[in-house]
Amino acid sequence: MRRTCLNMVYELAKTDERIFFVGSDIGFGTLDEFKADFPGRFFVEGVSEANVIGLAAGLALEGKIVYTNTIATFITRRCFEQVALDLCLHNVNVRLIGNGGGLVYAPLGPTHQAIEDIAIFRALPRMAIVAPADAEEMKRLMPLTVDYPGPIYIRLAKGGDPVVTDPGMSFRIGKAFVMRRGKDALIVTTGMMLKAALDAADKLAQDGLKAAVLHMPTVKPLDTSVLLDLAEKAPIIVTVEEHSIIGGLGSAVAEAVAEANFDSVKRFKRIGIPDVFPNKYGSQAGLLTHFGIDTETIVSVIRQLNKRPSGQLATERN
Amino acid sequence: MSDFPISAKSVPTNTTPLDRRSCELRRQIVRTFAAGQRGHVASAFSLVEILRVLYDDVLRYDPAKPNWAGRDRCILSKGHGCLALYVLLAEKGFFPEEELWKFCHTDGILGGHPEYGKVPGVEASTGSLGHGLSIGVGMALSARFDRADHRIFVVGSDGESDEGSVWEAAMSAAKHRLSNLTLLIDYNKQQSYSTTYEVLDLEPFADKWRAFGFEVEEVDGHNVDDLRAVLARTPLVADRPTAVICHTIKGKGVGCIENNLKWHHKSRVADEEIQMLLLELEVD
Repeated sequence: MRRTCLNMVYELAKTDERIFFVGSDIGFGTLDEFKADFPGRFFVEGVSEANVIGLAAGLALEGKIVYTNTIATFITRRCFEQVALDLCLHNVNVRLIGNGGGLVYAPLGPTHQAIEDIAIFRALPRMAIVAPADAEEMKRLMPLTVDYPGPIYIRLAKGGDPVVTDPGMSFRIGKAFVMRRGKDALIVTTGMMLKAALDAADKLAQDGLKAAVLHMPTVKPLDTSVLLDLAEKAPIIVTVEEHSIIGGLGSAVAEAVAEANFDSVKRFKRIGIPDVFPNKYGSQAGLLTHFGIDTETIVSVIRQLNKRPSGQLATERN
Repeated sequence: MSDFPISAKSVPTNTTPLDRRSCELRRQIVRTFAAGQRGHVASAFSLVEILRVLYDDVLRYDPAKPNWAGRDRCILSKGHGCLALYVLLAEKGFFPEEELWKFCHTDGILGGHPEYGKVPGVEASTGSLGHGLSIGVGMALSARFDRADHRIFVVGSDGESDEGSVWEAAMSAAKHRLSNLTLLIDYNKQQSYSTTYEVLDLEPFADKWRAFGFEVEEVDGHNVDDLRAVLARTPLVADRPTAVICHTIKGKGVGCIENNLKWHHKSRVADEEIQMLLLELEVD
């Protein structure tokens, strides 16, 4: 997905002279072709994220479309004020490509795990947040990032993730996609968690439970129209994300559903990283299992919510 | 070695007399401040000659076309000095003078820090320090790529130079040999809490900028002729960015404000105090 994303920046730059790339201390060999073919539009500015973002804003204020790339934690935490002011306040066309959204960098520890990137960027006016599910979806997204007005955060998954979206699907920033329909429950996901959600829906179907799956690659602006349309009919809503349960997709969905004030009662659960810094290494898959962000947990949560009389729900606390 | 053997440890002095224009600009700043009932007056007073020379003698611009592509870009990175900028932009015709009398009002365009897109002539929203130079670097790279001959001027401050981002931007400007970028630093040696020497000493300040790859000049930041002379020579060299360190006095022009930390930001000022300031700035 990362290779697809960066390669598309290069491909897009071939036909659009407005496209610039600014990296910090990116990996050796990254975008070598871009550098060779368009040296005047390629900058690597070192471990200086605040400057990278400010510099990108300066270019964008002059009409350039600037793609930046580094590890997601560095492009969100380190230079948050530059993102807020230089990019969002000025509403400029800078695209932040964050490597390793969520727990991808599991073995590198909490300094490299982007567990709250969506939460902090979601609070920024004008920021769009997109987390494609796979490389094919990334291919559909990237051409649309050229002329999208304002800043965009593109959250990258690990790479080599199984392709679960249909290459024939359309894509629009701000649009959610109904991947499965079902009346018994609604699973809402973003990014590469789509696969776990689809697998969970398959397993639940074996019990006769029909779960809808809503894929929301764009977490902001949230497609509340499709979301609420499905949520209204669903007795159970479960969100699944490789992110803190605070402030991410689950929060966004909870806010929208709560304020919709449906007549029918909803049983609701956020599946994600609890309010902790991960204290184990290992692999992304291992940490996802450790935190219960997987197919089995989705299935068991929905089974439990389906069994339980609604009166008991209020007594349970996360 | 510095041409300005001014010790940052002692209270800075500057006896450069202010001419009629400098006094009148300060009076207009006081009137704007009175209209808003708040503002960083002392920070604006230390900037008046720097901005005046830029807008009178150096910058290329057309107030009727504030977004004209060929204009020079001037970023007030020390956004809290905006009273001085607003007064000059109004005088040059970027917006009607009446906007000054709505400073910090709900229905005005002029806030306590300048905003891009809201105020014609403002190139970047500033207020939080340490942002302007990086934005200027990006603009300078863009101009170079476009083979455009307009220049980028960034007006920063001493306290701002506490920010690490300033030095990140400095390295970047030097790496790219941005001779189309000029940084002017209002070095009044005071910041909000105390002197720059006490809070976080910047000295040897000029040498730091040299070490970071800038061609550096030091100048009396209230001497209009000296400022004109230095800026007429910019870029000082063909393959490096320029830094002009302007030695100034915070509050320059009014005795009770000069070097008076209580005037860093002021609100709720009595009419009598405003009249006293206007009187002291009166030109015969």
